[in-house]
Formats: sequence, structure tokens, C-alpha cells
Amino acid sequence: MSQINRIEGGLINRSKKLSFTFNGQSLEGYEGDTLASALLANGHRMVGRSFKYHRPRGIFSAGSEEPNALVQLRTGAYQEPNTRATVTELFHGLEATSQNHRGSLKYDFMAVNDLFSSFLSAGFYYKTFMWPKAFWEKFYEPVIRAAAGLGRLSGQDDPDIYDKGFLHCDVLVVGAGAAGLSAALSAGRAGARVILMDEDFCMGGRLNVETLSVNDQSGSEWATQALAELSAMDNVRLMTRTTAYGAYDHGIVGALERVTDHLISSENKPRQILWRVYTKRTILCAGATERPIAFGNNDRPGVMLAGAVRAYVNRWGALPGKRVAVFTNNDDGWRTATDLAAKGVEITAVIDSRDGQPPVDVPKGAAIVMGGRIVDTKGRHGIRSITLSNGQQIPVDCLAVSGGWSPNVQLTCHQRGRPTWRDDIAAFVPGGELPQGMSVAGAASGNLSLSSVLLNGHDIGNSVVSDLGFTPSKVKASSSEEETTGISAFWHVRESKARAWLDLQNDVTVKDVKLSHQEGFRSVEHLKRYTTLGMATDQGKTANIPALAVMAECTGKSLPETGTTIFRPPYTPVAIGALAGRARGKDFRPSRLSPSHSWAKEQGAIFVEAGMWYRAQWFPRSGETHWRQSVDREVTQTRASVGVCDVTTLGKIDVQGRDAAQFLNKVYANAFAKLPVGKVRYGIMLREDGIMMDDGTSARFAENHFVMTTTTANAVSVFRHMEFCRQCLWPEMDVHLISSTEQYAQFAVAGPNARKLLQKVVDSDHDISNEAFPFMGCGEITVCGGVPTRLFRISFSGELAYEIAVPTRYGDSLVRTLIAAGEEFDVTPYGTEALGVMRIEKGHAAGNELNGQTTARDLGMGRMVSKKKDSIGNTLSEREGLNLENGLSLVGFRPVNRSEELKAGFHFISKGNTANMANDEGWMSSVAFSPNLGHSIGLGFIKRGSERLGEIVIATDPLRGGEMDVEIVSAHFIDPEGERLRA
Amino acid sequence: MIINHPLLGPRDAAEFVYKGDASLINRPNWQADDAAELFHEYLYLRDNPAGQHRELWYHEQGDRSWLIVTRNTLTHEISNVEFARDVALAERPKK
Amino acid sequence: MKYSGFKVIKEALTGHKGWKPVWRTPKPKNEYDVIIVGGGGHGLATAYYLAKEFGITNIAVLEKGWIGSGNVGRNTTIVRSNYLLPGNEPFYEFSMKLWENLEQDFNYNAMVSQRGILNLFHNDAGRDAYARRGNSMMLAGADAVLLDQEGVRKMYPCLDFENARFPIKGGLLQPRGGTVRHDAVAWGYARGADSRGVDIIQNCEVTGMNIENGICTGVETSQGTIKAKKVAVCVAGSSSRVMSMAGMRLPIESHVLQAFVSEGLKPILPGVVTFGAGHFYVSQSDKGGLVFGGDIDGYNTYAQRGNLPVVEDVCEGGMALMPMIGRARLLRMWGGVMDMSMDGSPFIDKTHINGLYFNGGWCYGGFKATPASGWCYAHLLAKDEPHPVATEYRLDRFRRGAMLDEKGVGAQPNLH
Repeated sequence: MSQINRIEGGLINRSKKLSFTFNGQSLEGYEGDTLASALLANGHRMVGRSFKYHRPRGIFSAGSEEPNALVQLRTGAYQEPNTRATVTELFHGLEATSQNHRGSLKYDFMAVNDLFSSFLSAGFYYKTFMWPKAFWEKFYEPVIRAAAGLGRLSGQDDPDIYDKGFLHCDVLVVGAGAAGLSAALSAGRAGARVILMDEDFCMGGRLNVETLSVNDQSGSEWATQALAELSAMDNVRLMTRTTAYGAYDHGIVGALERVTDHLISSENKPRQILWRVYTKRTILCAGATERPIAFGNNDRPGVMLAGAVRAYVNRWGALPGKRVAVFTNNDDGWRTATDLAAKGVEITAVIDSRDGQPPVDVPKGAAIVMGGRIVDTKGRHGIRSITLSNGQQIPVDCLAVSGGWSPNVQLTCHQRGRPTWRDDIAAFVPGGELPQGMSVAGAASGNLSLSSVLLNGHDIGNSVVSDLGFTPSKVKASSSEEETTGISAFWHVRESKARAWLDLQNDVTVKDVKLSHQEGFRSVEHLKRYTTLGMATDQGKTANIPALAVMAECTGKSLPETGTTIFRPPYTPVAIGALAGRARGKDFRPSRLSPSHSWAKEQGAIFVEAGMWYRAQWFPRSGETHWRQSVDREVTQTRASVGVCDVTTLGKIDVQGRDAAQFLNKVYANAFAKLPVGKVRYGIMLREDGIMMDDGTSARFAENHFVMTTTTANAVSVFRHMEFCRQCLWPEMDVHLISSTEQYAQFAVAGPNARKLLQKVVDSDHDISNEAFPFMGCGEITVCGGVPTRLFRISFSGELAYEIAVPTRYGDSLVRTLIAAGEEFDVTPYGTEALGVMRIEKGHAAGNELNGQTTARDLGMGRMVSKKKDSIGNTLSEREGLNLENGLSLVGFRPVNRSEELKAGFHFISKGNTANMANDEGWMSSVAFSPNLGHSIGLGFIKRGSERLGEIVIATDPLRGGEMDVEIVSAHFIDPEGERLRA
Repeated sequence: MIINHPLLGPRDAAEFVYKGDASLINRPNWQADDAAELFHEYLYLRDNPAGQHRELWYHEQGDRSWLIVTRNTLTHEISNVEFARDVALAERPKK
Repeated sequence: MKYSGFKVIKEALTGHKGWKPVWRTPKPKNEYDVIIVGGGGHGLATAYYLAKEFGITNIAVLEKGWIGSGNVGRNTTIVRSNYLLPGNEPFYEFSMKLWENLEQDFNYNAMVSQRGILNLFHNDAGRDAYARRGNSMMLAGADAVLLDQEGVRKMYPCLDFENARFPIKGGLLQPRGGTVRHDAVAWGYARGADSRGVDIIQNCEVTGMNIENGICTGVETSQGTIKAKKVAVCVAGSSSRVMSMAGMRLPIESHVLQAFVSEGLKPILPGVVTFGAGHFYVSQSDKGGLVFGGDIDGYNTYAQRGNLPVVEDVCEGGMALMPMIGRARLLRMWGGVMDMSMDGSPFIDKTHINGLYFNGGWCYGGFKATPASGWCYAHLLAKDEPHPVATEYRLDRFRRGAMLDEKGVGAQPNLH
């Protein structure tokens, strides 16, 4: 049995048959079909289940407003839940399954919910499931969670790739129906750069589904011709399968292009592209959405929007039913009856809620009921008959319903626009402040006849381009025959006793809205939130207005007084993968590699992420099976002889100008003005609130030239801060800054043999003896026969040490040279772990101590904060709260039982006190195993720490279990007198 | 959002880093008698207006200039963009 | 009217005719003992606890729109008490305990669901900071568990463990953390306050403060002058605007935080997860939507909407952490205006104007604080002294240098 409901005509390519499966059943359709049209052509009416009551659901619309026909598309990692069959382009091999049922679609075990529906009224769950208390997480909620949700994610990584792109244009036209094509023609003919986008794979909008003619052609022929003219223009870009999903500030529009969703496989092409479109003007031609009328059991498969019914017949040659009735409150609904009758479909009845005469010629054989009401329907898995208010039953297998059309105002409301009501069309139209540069044309602005849409699109296109300074072309607007568009608002059949649906997906009925009103949830937002109206995947595109009308009826207010809900982006849902683009996996963020990276990799280094950087963490040697073995060796070897460590990642800022010294004197809390040329000084930088921001060194290479280093973590923020100081606070200073972090490769060479090693590479005309180049000296020298080099005699490890910087291009060869030259000293490269061990042994603060919460005083450097000058943070550092008598201070810790291991995150409690927050005196910030001392050591903050050296306190660690006695000691575990530094 | 940079023309706001109220360029005198109070007000208290707001943006992914942008906090409409340095120089108390 | 399963059944069988409005719609009286400005979660909770715990019932809650229209109605529903600082942690733990008994207390099912909150870390420094924090929590009587990578993998096998730019090293779990049905919190408090005599007055905007000789005597509103012995402002998001009517400048900036929800999906995430190497946190609602968010947009604004760069940044974080959500679709995005304070922590305090009280500065952490904020504000209003767990939330703390800066980023609101 194949395509039993396929009839003649339409825009499908009958020469290209496509096979697909639905719930495992093999079916056929044609190129040009959507999944929905193909299912209808194959006689499938029931395609899913509703959210709450698990009622049977059929195809309801022919577009992106679809609440019902949600399927799971594809399988495995490509599985895509909640996909609207109405906008899914059919492709060969498509696999779709229905969702939200236990058991088969037809015999859903969860449909039992429907029997208990009177117990599951709006908001019932707020009133029960409270006893016994523990049952919520254990019983009620798991049951509810399992029942809720719709489709299913595979749980596997999304295998597709997504791209992002940026577009610029004079005029963006959103929607390529009659209005959009007219507007784009006007703008394009005037020479503006135009982008025309449409969510459909076939542009033309309702021109493709209506039988109205334009300029004596069929609508779709006219559309094809217009598209041909547009695509011949170099200044026009046509984008099908592209949805403008949001309007953002300053004319930026977000759009999603579905590139391969209509193919069986992406074949390494991006599945979708997220476009950010920078527009001078946007013309919104998004059309209008038909809305239903609520009456008893109006949710059965086969009950459809009237415009959708004729769309399936006219565009796809797919018959939604063979005995069709129409229920309408407007003239447009009748078009369905006449169009279908023209195709030979049996129209059993046309029920018009309005009194008076039929607006058009009556289809032959159809019962005409003016002033009629449908009160109920029958049919378990699909509609079989309708019941009128006079009790008459009419057998049907499809009911086309039209409650009028609502302009698609969504994008006009994404900023401050609030739609306004028009009684004559019984609909909201764009109002208030539209997004910058946006105009609205066609049905979206409330023009509901084709002739007015064509003219309006044409005119708006012309006026927008003349605004932009283009000369509009003289071509006249296309025209169409006049049609009647009368409507008389009618929202729901009061006589219906059975439940009447408003939100088909979330199962919100007229009774729920009434209950919401009865319980005081009367504002639109309360209604939405209490009943879940409009919260489904269709965002209430067809449901909201009728529901508001019911609420308005309850409150006795008019519909516009009752209000409208706020539209939020996106217009239609957007895949999270598309919004992320390529920023995932290893490409989530850029990777910064230091100049010695390849060399370190060759050495088998283990790398660690340090911000965006990768740094060598340690260098395992053969036989070393645990990281501690490598790190202990690196530390021991460095302290015994010499080690080399890449410190390129530290921020480097070149500071030049006549006021460079004065400038540094103001950004550092300690004095810098008088630093002699050829010397380096350690500096502390405060934030304006007096808290430590960063520390580092600055070297004075000339009267007006300093080179600053910052920590790796704060390189960017310190530079930003200094630019702020320079441009905004002290603009009269002659000082210039440039970041040179990436321009220089820098290595620490540390250990008693550091000088000997360096002397092997430093060119002979430079004297780096202790006398000529003492501790905290700096100079510009050359190495390896003329390579320009900056040498700093500074030490983070506490050893005799230098930092040597060469232009980045020499970095790789310098590290190789240093290691080769150091062979005779048994040199070791060391990584960030050994660096950390040595700085803890030496009592230097690092990131764990400079955590943005500690002061110079806490760190034992309070006296460095000069009171004699103005510098950032000095004034506010004097506040009482930052100078408490029992304030924190950074000290060292060692376990009383030396074999115990300290851990960062310990909290300190005085002996004899209970471990609780009131008695909490501080915390351990950094720990390491000291291979030199042979036990665990730590740095930490404790109240009045510097006065308590020698005291034993409890280090408590409830998180990991246990506590231990630790002794407060000096933070300088190694060489407290600093003799090694000066050796 | 798009910021119309005085030299570079319209640039996406994502290229910039935001700091806050432009009054932050008026750092108090550290030697004033009430310096502590002045610095407290300077650093911590804000007008935070619903409407026109002069604010500091830093073109970090660009020319590294600090700009003072006048922007409406209700509509996001930008009515003026200046170099902060120019404003700071112009607003210097005359010595 | 007491809500219960029995009552639901009885009403179902009798056509739901017996349900009464959850709150009345009174006209404002001329004078009240306490006027609470702001009918959001905190304001309604304050009214509820004032009436229930402190015996003050002559109260009006004035709301310019509909109750719950502020941030209680536009957040990501997370509750937790995983704070570090001694000035914060006891307060949030107090809040957590109130959450745990809330539904029985106010007889409304707000779906307090303690499915756990997991904060991931990606390096040793992150682990150290979480160890310090976890110990703080436990010392304050809260619960915390430090997980290693395997522990995380057991709970959330579908995170990216294999190919991550910033590999997951472990996480700090608070099992008692979770989510609460946000709107229901406002409604439950409103119902409880209303039934104790509190007047909840919607569509009543405060347009001025009546202050004479340093004493606040009441407010001007769109529904006329209302006198009060005490005026308690509780309008996070609009704090600066309202307090400027009393001539006050605050240590607060208004910023927008965007939040996102996906289409409904069958259960895939049991609890709340936060990414430690990007701006992304997520939970799955009982209806099946993935509810997620990230960083604030970062510029001063009063518009309840954000811009695309942050939307994309959040989704990048999501895809970096759990690439299985790529084919889930983002259904709705919205923005809430936050009171971003200068240290990331809130205020519950008297002002220098007699009879005028202030509660605000909640940054994007106000929802979880709702019960404790209400209780402590009620305590302050009833007794004129701070509740013991809220002693640090003073407006003068910056003058004193007693900041409560959990993140350590200083007086830069958009970094908190």
C-alpha cells in the first residue's frame, strides 16, 4: 500500500521517489515532500502523543508552528529529538520514530493519564506530593521525571560539526513569501546589498500553497520568476533553509542555516551554520500563523489548521483526509473548502461561527452551517465525526479549523516592542519600539490579502532603500486579484462540555485557563507559568492568543487589556551545537604553546593547562613511574647543580617614556622611582581596594625603559589595568606600554652551577661574574655569537639563578643549547611542579596565595606598601578591616609527625578548640613534598601567624576525613638568609 | 552591540572589555583630608542610572584604547563614543 | 484552605469548584506597620516570616507588576549552600535548612529537589580552592564531598572526559543542593502571607519615598500615598532606582544575566553541574528541559534581554563539557536584571534614614537565598538588629574594608 492519499499536482518531483521509515515501517514519498506531507500521503494521521495526557496527536500545521508532529529523527549518535515533521525535508533513507509513549504509539501505556485527567488539572502538583516529606526525591519526582520530557538524547557526543559566519548587508529581508520577494525586488533593483532568507527549502511562502494568482501567473510561478530575477543580481544573496531566530541590539540578527539536515549524511560538511548578520535595515516579512478554535476534543489527529490542509493538497498533492469539514470564523477558512473541492475532495460541511451568508460559492454537496458550532468530536486514534451544537453528527476524517491569522510579530518584540491589537483582523500587529532598523511588511504587519501584501512589500522595500540613499527603481508592484478577508473573533465553543484544547502539546485546555483564573493566576505571565501554556517546543505559536482570549473572557477585560506574553528568542528552537560552533573539544579555547614546546614534547614532558597555555609539568625519565619521582629529581638536581625551566608564559610588558619610572611608581605599591639602570626590583601591585592584584619584577634597562613581568594568570588583566592607568588616570604622563609576552622566549636557569652554564653560551665580551652582574642585576647582552639577549639575575627557586630572554624565534634553539651546554653539570629541565616545590620551599607566594582576597599585610609584605607616595590601592589598603589585629598572615607549616602528608585546603583550629566555623583560624594554601627536607611542607594563612611560630595547631580536613597536628614555622624553609641567591 | 570607535569605525562590542561608570577616571586626591571617604565613594558607590550612562570600554581585541561610551541602559542605544584619554585630559583640574 | 492529595481528589470529583484564589486582591489601606516594596521572592518571604514567625501581620507588599515578576520568576532554580566565607556560608546553610522544610511549612509543593550540585575543577589549584571551600562548608554544618575524576564519571558518564581542552579532574559535590520550582516559591509565600492577613497589592508602583527629618513615613504609589512605620525595600534589579528616591547611592550596578532552556527531553542529567573552565551550568527540570546559564553580559543595563556573544559563550561551555547536548535545541532565552554588588555579596540592613530598610545586592545568587533573606529581613524589621547569620550584610562594609568577596575579584561588579 503506497501513498494512498497522494493526488495530482503540487510542487513535488514525482520522478524522484524517496523511501523512508516511520516507526520501522517502510514508506515512500517524493523529492519536495516534507516528512509530514509524505506521512499524510501515506495515510498516517497519528504521529505522536501529547505531553501530559498522552493523547494521540496528528499533524496539525504545515510549518514551524507545529505543536504536535514531533518525531525522533535519525538514529544512534545522530538521533535528534523533538523534530517537527512539518519542516523536515524528506530525504532518501530518512528514519523517524514517534516519541513520548511507553509501548507502541497506538497502545501507549501512559495514556492511562488521560483517564485521570480530572485529577491532573492545571497546577495540581503544587497542592500535593508533599507527604511524607522524603517521598518527593525518592518516589514522586522520579515518576514525574520519567513521564515528562518528550524525545530522547542519545547520550553520545554530537558527531556533526557546526560553523559560524558573519554577514553584512544594507537590507536583510526575513521571509521570502509574497511580501519578502516584493521587498527584496525593490531593494535589489535599487542596488542595495540585500540578503533574503527563508526557513523553507523552497522560497515563496504561501505563494506556493495558495491558488491565488499574481500578475496572471500562478503564485508559485511568479515566485520562481522573482527568484530568478533576484538570483541574477550580484548584490542579492538568497538563503534558503535559513531562519532568522533573534533580533539583537544595533541591527544584529541571528540566523541559522540548515546546510545538511536534508541529506542522509553531512559528509564532513557543517550540519548547520550560525550566522550573525549585521544589518543597516531589516524588513520582517515573516507572514502570519493561523490559529485554531477550541471546542470539545478538538485535539484528535485529523483536526488541522485550515490553511495547512490546503497547503498539503496544493503544494504537496497530499490529502489529509477524504471527507473533510471546515470550521471557521473568517473568509479565509472557506478557501480550504473551495480549493479542496476543486481537487475533487469531498467537503462534507462548512461550519462558520458567523451568522449571515456564505462569503464565497458553496462547494457542491457540502452542508453549510452559518452561526454553527462544533461541540465535540469522536474517534479514538483520529477524528471520525464531529458533533454540532444542534446534536447533528457528521462523519469526517479531517477537520480544517481556522480561527483567523496572527501576524508573526516575534522578532519585533525581541527588544522593546509590544504588539498592539487590531479589532478588524482580530489580531496583534507589531507595535511599540521596533528593533533598530526594522520595518515590517506583508502579513506580518497585518496585511492579510495577497494584493495588499504584494503592494506593501514593494513599498516598504522602496522606502527602506531610499532611506539608505538608494534610488528606488520605477518598476511597479505586482498585483493579485482581490479577495475577501472578513473575520469575526471567535475563540472557543462555550457549549462544549468535553475538554477543549488550547495548547495541544502541553495539554492546556479551556478549563485549565478558567481554573487558573479562579485561583487568581490572572496576569498573562501567571497564566503561562501556572498552566504551562505556551511553554512547549512550539512556544505557543498557535495556542497563546486563543488562551488569552479565554482569560479575557473570564476577567471581563478586552484581549489587549489582558495583554500578550513577551516573545523571547529564538523564533524557532536552535541546536545548542550550532550556537557553540567549532568551540568544543580541544578547540574549545585557543592553545598557546611556549617556544620550547616541541623540544619539551621530544623530551616526553607531561603538559598542564595554565590558562590558555600548555606548560611542561614535569619531564619523566626512564624508570620513573610516579610523577613524584620525576619532580623530586628535578628539584634535587636543580638545587644540587642546575636546572632550566621555560618561564615564557609570564606576562612581559615593555614600559617606555620619560615618565616610565614615575608611572611604575604609581602602579606598584612599593617604591620604583629610584631604581637604578641595570637593576631589577620585585614589585607588588594592589587593586584600588587595597587587595593584592599581582606581583612580579621590573627591570630598568635605561633611564626611560623598563621591562615588567607579571604572573602568567594575570598577564592580560595587569596590562589592561596599566592601560587604564595610563590613558584614564594619568593621561599627561609620557609613557607607552606594549605587551611583549609572545615576543620573547624566557628561561630560568637556576642552581649553584647556573653561572657556569650560562658562561658557556654568553658571548665573551659580556661579564656575568658575581661582581659584574650581582643579584637583582639586569643587562642587555648577546649569546651564541650575537643573539640579542636580556639577562636578569632573579630567582624564584631561591638558588643562584638567572632568567634569560631571547627573541621568540631563538627560543627553541636556546633551550637546546642550554641543555647541551649543561650536560657536564648534569643539568635537568624542570617543569611547573618542581618550580612549585622550590617556590614553596622558599616561601614565595603564588596564585594560591594571591587569590584576590589577601593583602600585602597578609602576605607579610605590609611594609612594602609605601605611605609616602600615591599609588593604586594605597589609600584603601589602610581601612580597618584590612588591618585587623588578629588578621591573617602567611606562614609555613610542617606536620608534627613528619611522615604525614599535608594537603591544601586544610583549615586551622587552635589546640583544644572544637572544629567549627567560629573557631576557624585560616587555611593551608599550598603544599609540597620537600625532597630537601624529606617531608611535607606547606604555606598557609592563619590569624596572627607571624607571632605564632612554633605553635602547634590542628589542621582539620573534614572533607577528606581526618585531622593532624601541624607546627607553624617560617615560610622560608630553605636558605632563610638568602645566601644562595647572592652566591 | 556595536560600538562606533572614533578611529576604527563600527566594531562588535565583543572586541571590548567593559569596566563601568566613566566616573572611574576621576580618581580622588590621595592627600585630601577625607581621602578615605573620597576613595570609598569613588570606588564603591554608583549612580547606576536607568537611562543615559557614560561608561568605560577597553578595545582589548583592537587598538587597546579606553573609550567612554554614552549608552542608554534601557534601550542600549549608543549616542556618543570618545577616547577616555581625551576626556581625562580635558577634565583635568587646572593646576 | 489546606492543600493535600485528598483535597485534589475531592475537587477533581466535584469539578474543581472549590478552589479559592491563592491570594486576595485587596485595595491598599492608608497605613501599615510595615510596607514591603517588591513582591518578588524575597519580599513575599519577608512578609510571610514577619507574619508567621514575628507576629507582625499589618503588612502590605507592593508590587509594580505581577508578583513573582522579578528574578524569582526568571532564574535557573538552583539552591545550594556551597560558600566559602564565614560571613556567607552560615547564612546560605540556614537558607538550605529552610528550603528543606519549606513545603510542609507553607503547605505548597515548590518541588524542592535535592538532587545534588556538582562544581567541577580542572586543575590542582581548582582542587585546592574547592578543598578549602568544602571544609568551610562542613565546618559550618553543611554537606560536601570531594570527587575525583572517577567519582565524577560515575555520576555523569556523558561528560567529555576524553577530548577536553581542560580535562575534568574532579568536583566538589553538595548532595543537598538541587533545584526548586521557582514560580511556586513566590506563590507559596504569597499564599502563606495572604492567609495571615498580609495585603499583597499588585500593579502598585512606588513612585516616591516620604522622608521627613530623616524619618521615612511611607511611600507614594501609583495607587496613592501609603503610610508605614517601616518601609522595607526589596527590589533587587531595581535597587538603585528605588533607593535613589530616598537620595541614596548604592554599591550596586544593574547587569543582565541570561538564562536558557532547551526543549523537553527524557531524563539525562540527574543533578546540577557547573563547568569549571568556562561559563556554563546546567540542570534538567522535571518537565525535561535543560535549564542552563553562564556569565552575565557584563555591561550596565536595565533591559531584560542580552546579546549573542554571551549566548554563544554559554553554549560553547556546554558543548565543551557535554558534547552530547549538541542536538538538543535551545527553546527560549531570557534575561534578568541583577543587582551586582561591589563584592558579590548582598545587603540586609537598616539605612541612615530611620524607618527605611534595604535588602538587595544579590547578584545572580538571590534565588537560593530567598527563605533566609526573608527570614533575616523579617528579623531585622521586627527587632531592629541583624539576624546572627546575616551580621555581615551591612551597607558600610566597604567603608570599613570588610568585604565579602567570594571570588576575589574586587570592586568590579561584572566579574562577580
